Amino acid sequence: MLVLLERIREYFPILLQGAWLTILVTLGSLALSTVLGMVWAVMRVSGIRWLANIATTIVNLLRGIPIIVLLFFLYFVMPDFGLSLSAMQASILGLGIAYSAYQSENFRAGIEAVDHGQVEAARAMGMGWPLMMRRVVLPQAVKIVLPPYGNIMIMMLKDSSQASTITVAELALQGKLIATSTFQNATVFSMVAVMYLVMCVPLILFVRHLEKRNKP
Amino acid sequence: MIEIHGLQKFFGTHHVLKGVDASVAKGEVVCIIGPSGSGKSTILRCINGLESYSGGTIDIDGVHVDHQAPSIKLIRTEVAMVFQRFNLFPHRSVLENIIEGPVFVKGEPRAGAIDHAKELLASVGLAEKIDARPSQLSGGQQQRVAIARALAMNPKAILFDEPTSALDPELVGDVLDVMRKLAETGMTMVVVTHEMQFAREVADRVLFIDGGVVAEQGASAELLGNPQHPRTQDFLRRVLHPM
Repeated sequence: MLVLLERIREYFPILLQGAWLTILVTLGSLALSTVLGMVWAVMRVSGIRWLANIATTIVNLLRGIPIIVLLFFLYFVMPDFGLSLSAMQASILGLGIAYSAYQSENFRAGIEAVDHGQVEAARAMGMGWPLMMRRVVLPQAVKIVLPPYGNIMIMMLKDSSQASTITVAELALQGKLIATSTFQNATVFSMVAVMYLVMCVPLILFVRHLEKRNKP
Repeated sequence: MIEIHGLQKFFGTHHVLKGVDASVAKGEVVCIIGPSGSGKSTILRCINGLESYSGGTIDIDGVHVDHQAPSIKLIRTEVAMVFQRFNLFPHRSVLENIIEGPVFVKGEPRAGAIDHAKELLASVGLAEKIDARPSQLSGGQQQRVAIARALAMNPKAILFDEPTSALDPELVGDVLDVMRKLAETGMTMVVVTHEMQFAREVADRVLFIDGGVVAEQGASAELLGNPQHPRTQDFLRRVLHPM
């Protein structure tokens, strides 16, 4: 028992460093995916056909490519075209781009769920499309979009472990490194699992809070 | 002020309006009546470009109504609309709903818009609801706020699309009272309605729409009291004596 505690104390700081990188990758790719997802969503509901088609194509393309392949592409292939990214940059970019497809679908569903009468009321008072989106549609869409957005955050936090495949020493990779050098697989991976869980719990509670609030 | 000539409208292959001719003079109150699905609301929605039309012309003070032209925005600030289901903005307070158009569409200073909004709210009898959310109001109250919101734009005319059809019967009177007072101020109003009593008392003219055309029109007392067209007679008999 004492030995176990000793090991935990030894591994914890290293894993904590990994957890820190996990949070950085998650926050970075969350921000990027939110912005990109918003752009695709607005293009799709713009009513301008070629814009909508471009966005639809991008979203479908991204949905069809595994995240890990996207990461490999950014990290191993882009240097051939003269674009060398750090592992951290590549993982934020890759996860952000990959998740923008899901964000976009969520945002679009939220925008389309706003009552059509709201659009008509805005138009009938002379609002143009940008003003209507900003003042009437998007503020109402946010409420609809937030609970699924929280779920996407949870998925991203866990999927940030895929950054380990391109050498980002985040929580999963740190765990693997410790485990291979100490053979304490059970201890190390239990710690890794618990640490992921601890990071997810606040997000899970956040989603539950939003879902409760949105109930009529 | 509003001139409609030969208005045609298709929904897919369904020919809804088959050449509607109508005009509304400044200060006039015109009620549009007719059976469900006759295209009454569609006419109204074509006037402010919420709906496109496939033939004919609509002019408002000489400006052609084209829902794709930039001029449509100006037309909409001058011709306000009140909807059957109110369509207040649920994420904004009553006051914010009313000043939304003046401040964000017309660019009026906020302070002046707030003063104007307070006057309008008082005139529809809801001064104390200024900070309420639409969800805290009854249907009748929401519709009166919607009328105040329309008036806040200082419109030349207001289009009413079945303004009392979604209301509980006991709430209809308050809304009609507000509309009656509005008519007395000389506001130009086009009202699609099933309230025959209102049409008889308040409207200057009534248009009876049936089969996608104006089947009969005339002074309200005359058309409602002594209809000439057999379909008008039949419709009024059904509406006035449903039992």
